[in-house]
Amino acid sequence: MEKNNKKTRRKFLDKGLKLGLVSAIGGIGLAKLSSKLSANTNNESGETLELMTTDGTLIKVDSSEVVEVEHTQDHDKKYNVREGMPNRKFVMVVDLARCKNALVCQSACNKHHYITGDNAWIKIYKMQESKDTAPYFMPTTCQHCDHPPCVTVCPVDATFKRRDGLVLIDNERCIGCRFCMAACPYSTRVFNWNEPDQGDITLNMDMYQHEYLSPEYAGMPSLKGTVDKCDFCPHFVKNNELPKCVEVCPNNVFYFGDKYEDVVSNSDETVRLSELLEERAGYRLMEGLGTEPSVYYLPPKDRLVDFEEALKNYKEFESVEKPES
Amino acid sequence: MRVPNQLIKDLAPKKFDKRGVIWTIFLTVIIIIGIVAYIDQLIKGQEVTNMRDYALWGIYISNFVFFVATSFVGSVTVAILRLTKNSWRTPLVRIAEIISVAAIIMAGITIMIDMARPDRLLNLFVHARLQSPITWDVVIIPTYIVLSLLLLYFPLLPDLAILKGPLEKTQPRLSKLYGKLSLKWTGSKAQKVLQEKSIRIIAIMIIPVGLLLQTIDAWLFSTTYRVGWDSSNFAPYFISGAFVAGVGALVVVIYVVRKVKKLEEYITDSHFDKLGKFLVLACLTYLYFNINEYFMPWFTAKKDEMVHLETLFTGSYAWLFWFVILGGLVVPILVLLFKKGRRPKSMFVIGILVVLGSWWKRFIIVTPTLLHPFLPIQGVPESWRHYFPSLHEWLITGATLAMAFLIITVLVRYLPVIPIQRTADEQQMLQSSKKSES
Repeated sequence: MEKNNKKTRRKFLDKGLKLGLVSAIGGIGLAKLSSKLSANTNNESGETLELMTTDGTLIKVDSSEVVEVEHTQDHDKKYNVREGMPNRKFVMVVDLARCKNALVCQSACNKHHYITGDNAWIKIYKMQESKDTAPYFMPTTCQHCDHPPCVTVCPVDATFKRRDGLVLIDNERCIGCRFCMAACPYSTRVFNWNEPDQGDITLNMDMYQHEYLSPEYAGMPSLKGTVDKCDFCPHFVKNNELPKCVEVCPNNVFYFGDKYEDVVSNSDETVRLSELLEERAGYRLMEGLGTEPSVYYLPPKDRLVDFEEALKNYKEFESVEKPES
Repeated sequence: MRVPNQLIKDLAPKKFDKRGVIWTIFLTVIIIIGIVAYIDQLIKGQEVTNMRDYALWGIYISNFVFFVATSFVGSVTVAILRLTKNSWRTPLVRIAEIISVAAIIMAGITIMIDMARPDRLLNLFVHARLQSPITWDVVIIPTYIVLSLLLLYFPLLPDLAILKGPLEKTQPRLSKLYGKLSLKWTGSKAQKVLQEKSIRIIAIMIIPVGLLLQTIDAWLFSTTYRVGWDSSNFAPYFISGAFVAGVGALVVVIYVVRKVKKLEEYITDSHFDKLGKFLVLACLTYLYFNINEYFMPWFTAKKDEMVHLETLFTGSYAWLFWFVILGGLVVPILVLLFKKGRRPKSMFVIGILVVLGSWWKRFIIVTPTLLHPFLPIQGVPESWRHYFPSLHEWLITGATLAMAFLIITVLVRYLPVIPIQRTADEQQMLQSSKKSES
């Protein structure tokens, strides 16, 4: 009996102690919380601010609630390479009236992407629809179609379409069947028939390995037995720079921009995309195929240069200059 | 249901004679040369071919299409003649099955030769995307290989059991192999019912699968926008073309096998007559689809279509085009329409013409189209505007053809090319019906 009593008493003491401890901690916590809450209500300024949320609705917030947060520098850069930059839709406009066949875009692109084959990614075609219509020069890049036939036929998802409009190639996955090249009506794709001899880039490979072995830097490096093409230079675009061809063109032929923002710019000016297309009667290549390209063309009206003069620069059989050996 | 000894003696596989040995060595040498060329291609890359960014597919692909087409002979002769109960097929079906197996296996190998990164073959399964026609091919070709092998194997069971006996003393190893492969065939009623049922199921299955195979092969091309491929006519055009290629190959192989194995008693002139009618039906059907394919675009004369058609009709591919159309289709039709033309010898010559025509036909389907893209070919070396296969391509393609011949040769060497049991059964039936008549 006595033993039993002792046990129960001990149990009671034990429980009581624990309960006391818990309530004490809880009490302190509650007190702190309530003091914080009361402090907040006490500090209410009475002033309210009108703010707009990211989805566009207006809200009212007390000014004391507004706290400055650190600005994230890399907000735009953190995205899945296969999904693309959020809330962007990249487009290009090519003003045929300004093209003098200077070939600066082509050679800059060749150099920048270490193109060593015989087929440049940017082509400047000598065009003439029929005998009686005017001849003109037409630069083409990858059209980055919204309904890309190349992506449809790729058996391994090596070439893919991103939400920001870009069509890119994963050269680590491509099996070299070349079906995408057969499917592309713009003949924009280039194949690495042999081991590309990219000179200094292969020397510096170790250095580039981590940063550049990505579909966002086409040609860096080019891989034997896989397909390459113009990538719209996302490695520049994500740093708010223009693609190489747009930047270097001496005649401001190329505009590059964002369709959602409705602006495109060349290295000189920034203009409204919709206005430019409207005023200058923009069109796209082979609209009838339903590929929905991201590249618009402005007709070669009131050309800046005489066709014959531009013809001097024209090389029928060469688009990549070979180093003299 | 005993099998007469004479029949076994006539139809059992025999050792190669001198010609057989020379032929096999010849094929092996060609294959080895081709393998060396292929290894060189693996090391240097596909720059050893004459394919470039415009002519991006060449004879590897057209040869692949030819193999796929030829493999159709299994579906057509075996399955269709079986289901329509055409009994004249008996001495021909096994050879048709053998050609079918050899062709579809080589099709699978040839398409891999065209892949520039065969080391990434597994990506086709790991990253497979269902909307790509290549994935459809990855599904349908193995399916067709399995069905073709089974269609060759199941009817063989009784024959393998028969062959086991006579060889027991002379070639014990081979006899044992035949015994194992015959899966303990005794010829009991239960086994026969099961075998009959299995063959029937496969014969029914292989028709839609064969049609699908040819269709998918056509869709590899017609799913693109290219002038000359973008045609709703393409699938039936390919199916009827496969009918021609397959039966043409069958005629040639049967003629050679009959001559070498002295099977004139079993494969008679009347069999050639029937095959000739079958082939002329195939050619007429194919001619019809050819007219559809070329006449309509020529009639509407769209600019791009005309550029394409002109290179075929009068341009750089004219010689090949007219050889294929006249030599590979029109002449065979004219000859085979007459009874005299369906004699074995003339059938053999026509068969060779048809097979050659079929092979080059695929070439002029694949390459000329690629050389007429929508935007003009500019800024690339002049040589990229033409295509003719390089030495590497010829050697490798030659090796794939030699490999197909080698598979056929080996199978003809070790398997009874004419079903023994079936022939015995039919002879017995014939005799008993004669008895009851008299």
